Amino acid sequence: MELIRLSAAETAARIAARDVSAVEVAQAHLDRIDAIDDRVHAFLHVDRDGALDQARRVDEGEISGPLAGVPLALKDVIVARGMPATAGSRILEGWHPPYDATIVERMRAAGIVVLGKTNMDEFAMGSSTEHSAYGPTHNPWDLSRTPGGSGGGSSAAVASYEAPLGIGTDTGGSIRQPAAVTGTVGAKPTYGGVSRYGLIAFSSSLDQAGPCARTVLDAALLHAVIAGHDPRDSTSIDSPVPDVVSAARSAEISGLRIGVVTQFKGDGYQAGVLAKFDEAVATLEKMGAEIVEVSCPHFDYALAAYYLIAPSEASSNLARYDAMRYGLRVGDDGTASAEDVMAVTRDAGFGDEVKRRVILGTYALSAGYYDAYYGQAQKVRTLIAQDFASAFGQADVLVSPTTPTTAFPLGERLDDPLAMYLADLCTIPSNLYGGPALSVPCGLSPDDGLPVGFQVMAPVQADERMYRVAAAVEAALGTDRLLEQAPAL
Amino acid sequence: MTDEELDHLADQLGVILGAVARVQEVAAADIAPTSHAVPLTNIFRADELVPPLGAADALAGAPAAEGDRFRVPQILGDPE
Repeated sequence: MELIRLSAAETAARIAARDVSAVEVAQAHLDRIDAIDDRVHAFLHVDRDGALDQARRVDEGEISGPLAGVPLALKDVIVARGMPATAGSRILEGWHPPYDATIVERMRAAGIVVLGKTNMDEFAMGSSTEHSAYGPTHNPWDLSRTPGGSGGGSSAAVASYEAPLGIGTDTGGSIRQPAAVTGTVGAKPTYGGVSRYGLIAFSSSLDQAGPCARTVLDAALLHAVIAGHDPRDSTSIDSPVPDVVSAARSAEISGLRIGVVTQFKGDGYQAGVLAKFDEAVATLEKMGAEIVEVSCPHFDYALAAYYLIAPSEASSNLARYDAMRYGLRVGDDGTASAEDVMAVTRDAGFGDEVKRRVILGTYALSAGYYDAYYGQAQKVRTLIAQDFASAFGQADVLVSPTTPTTAFPLGERLDDPLAMYLADLCTIPSNLYGGPALSVPCGLSPDDGLPVGFQVMAPVQADERMYRVAAAVEAALGTDRLLEQAPAL
Repeated sequence: MTDEELDHLADQLGVILGAVARVQEVAAADIAPTSHAVPLTNIFRADELVPPLGAADALAGAPAAEGDRFRVPQILGDPE
């Protein structure tokens, strides 16, 4: 098989056995990027020299491990020395961060070869990658459609065989939703499970980095590398990382109680998506799982609560882009005041979606509206967590479609923010609650032939459960080979 | 922003605000708010010297620098 089509686990095994060198593997992926990325536009920056240097260190035996020599596509919201970091924004164009994120340190130490930085909606605000200041990424299944977002670049890179692994970040679904619409696997770990040090902040109480891959096992292997306590992140959980790799290898679900969330169906859901979801649930039942219906009534308010909480936190986090110490500065003609320069710079450097959210968040936090908007959203967040707690009394994991529809056409929702927000309907509750959730492909929708994602949600710190169920879905439906059905690029 | 941009954004924000106002339908008077998914406690690090980010690294991304300092636009009214 071509090197680029191997899974991460197979690639690492062949490198460790000296069947192939890490440099050959890196070069094969760099060649693939050269051949197709003008059409996919998954990458904002390719670090050829850095990738080949790291691969050489693996070949020389300096680094070994379960993913040593495996190439990876890094979402441009994570900082890494030696590479620019833009977060998809003009305001950070040309900025070279002076430090490595904790997860980058860990990946480098594990011998993972970072190929470059991938495209994303500006500051991870969006569900299509169209809000990138550097142009959209295209879905490898149909180049006229979006790859989802905000991490559309990493998912498209993995789906188009530019890299077997990717890193995304998930604030309201930005790993899982792109995974669903590109036919790949994407996991959001438990909040606090993976360090946020070096993750450019959007909404700090929700942001969480996690793995993108073509198989459940590959996602688990990467999860194990990046997870674990970090004293540099005050929200990092100081307890052992759940054994996600063993769970992904096991796929044993006999006797497991699987809860189907009743709120995630009906109007607004594509018939083909629901059909493939129902088939996957029926398959799990045949494999010995017990299927129960669970109701989470406050999930109906999750989208509204999220679009108050996330913009509120963003309006505070993005205040740091003030044109003083790094990033863009516009209008500094020697006479303009610092305040004017800040205003002109932020107008020039931020795109429409970022402006919408900063304005909305500032409004929701203002004295006269705080209780009615931000305060009330925080109370709804409590009720959603209570819904999860009650549901996990009846079921070991919860499942739903990852997204209400398959990949939508580029441009379709760009000027209709509410329609865009609906793409995150099923993924948002887990961010508000803090529990882990992942998306695994469950087939192609019969109505349009595009991939459908199956979401598994687990209790806080029970990340291994979602890998176990996802591995069962993948094994039963053969969806680790789904991408073979995508059109050739 | 231009008046045209502001009008366009104002219309969109009106629609978004109408949608997110749904949170007010939930009876939650006696519910405690949640700010974070995990319980937050203050964490102290050991009081040990570690090498800081050097001036050259800190200034490398500055829009303007002078000596070992960031050069910024005036902050105290008109220069006289």
